Amino acid sequence: MINKRVASAQEAVADIFDGATVMVGGFGEAGSPIELLHALIDHGATGLTVVNNNTGSGEVGLAALIKAGRVARMICSYPRSTNSTVFPEKYRAGVTALELVPQGTLAERIRAAGAGIPAFYTPTSVGTPLEEGKERRSFHGRDYVLEEALHADFALVRARAADRYGNVIYNKTARNFGPVMAMAARTTIVQVSEVVEPGAMDPEVVITPGLFVDRVVLVEDPAHESALVAEGMSYP
Amino acid sequence: MSDTLKIVGLTRDEMARRAAQDIPDGSYVNLGIGIPEKVAMFVPEGRELIYHTENGLLGMGPSPAPGQGDPELINAGKRQVTAIPGAAYFHHADSFAMIRGGHIDVCVLGALQVASNGDLANWSTGEPGAIPAVGGAMDLVAGVKTIFVITQHCTKRGEPKLVDACTFPLTGVGVVNRIYTNLAVIDVTPEGFQLVELSPGVSFEVVQDRTAARLLPIPSDGGDR
Repeated sequence: MINKRVASAQEAVADIFDGATVMVGGFGEAGSPIELLHALIDHGATGLTVVNNNTGSGEVGLAALIKAGRVARMICSYPRSTNSTVFPEKYRAGVTALELVPQGTLAERIRAAGAGIPAFYTPTSVGTPLEEGKERRSFHGRDYVLEEALHADFALVRARAADRYGNVIYNKTARNFGPVMAMAARTTIVQVSEVVEPGAMDPEVVITPGLFVDRVVLVEDPAHESALVAEGMSYP
Repeated sequence: MSDTLKIVGLTRDEMARRAAQDIPDGSYVNLGIGIPEKVAMFVPEGRELIYHTENGLLGMGPSPAPGQGDPELINAGKRQVTAIPGAAYFHHADSFAMIRGGHIDVCVLGALQVASNGDLANWSTGEPGAIPAVGGAMDLVAGVKTIFVITQHCTKRGEPKLVDACTFPLTGVGVVNRIYTNLAVIDVTPEGFQLVELSPGVSFEVVQDRTAARLLPIPSDGGDR
């Protein structure tokens, strides 16, 4: 019988190893898998490469992971946000390196990895500093930049509901990077606020089909980053 | 400089209102953070625009009533928004396929500098030690059919933002179509900056004086603009 449920966030992240590449879903706080991130901090893996659109806020979730010195390298599009003070410190101190990627290129590099496409040409960044070091090629009179697929060892994703097969639905704009990260990682871990019986989700509305998901963790009442930041929480 | 202080031209709201007049009914529109966001408040009656926010929503509505927001329903500026009836959610790769694939009609953005060939710099001043952050700006200018820029004509220190060649790192090459400033509306043409309209009380000379590139005057016959 297939049953991708695991008992706890702690168990779900237990094999994340030092030096792993970890994709973390979310755009700002929407879709940020805070409980999985806190479990990862407790677990202790370090020297991580983390892929996320941003770098977290306050001292919870992703920002707390960076603050704990576990992130050797961030791959993101926008490391500056309100209440994002941890990353600049670690970046300037040389603890956390940065690979800056245009947002759409980041999404497509992740999607390409999941789709078995090693690289693709995009018009984004042609003639800008972010083109440097990349191959340029002209198609039908327009220039494009070659971008490579972005793979990961693990993806941590937050969603609304899943069944034991790992079929997933999301909540509003918290979907963002979840579906493509689930495709691109070798091991995809999804935290959901509801686990349902197979068949309870209409197959027409399933967003991430179960084969892209390896572990499902129930987090019934997930925290919101902004609420934790407003409370002044600092994890751990 | 006393002369500079007197010439104010349009307010931020008036600049947004002016740009809103030029977006056709039925357009799919992406609005950048800042003054561009205000464009939605000034769409002429009778026009229906659908707003795209690149974090994954087509059919973005206004801010929620106090206490009615959802931290999982936000815009690209990470502020809470609403979804109109008929809205759709999608993941990031689909969202940027809409952008890169040429499916969005109009994007309105802010600028640090615009060059007379349409080059845009709006993501970095290249300052050493600054944390670089680009977001979706390079994808938007590479993919959206029409790029409007709304910006103050000069920086707070009085330096022109409309220039011969950008000195800041580029966001895109030859991408800007039209610029709305507090002083004027200016098109980017193969011949360079073409003045389209002056703000009330502003002369051609005032605009040219504050533009670090040649400005083509409005054709005397009024042209076809």
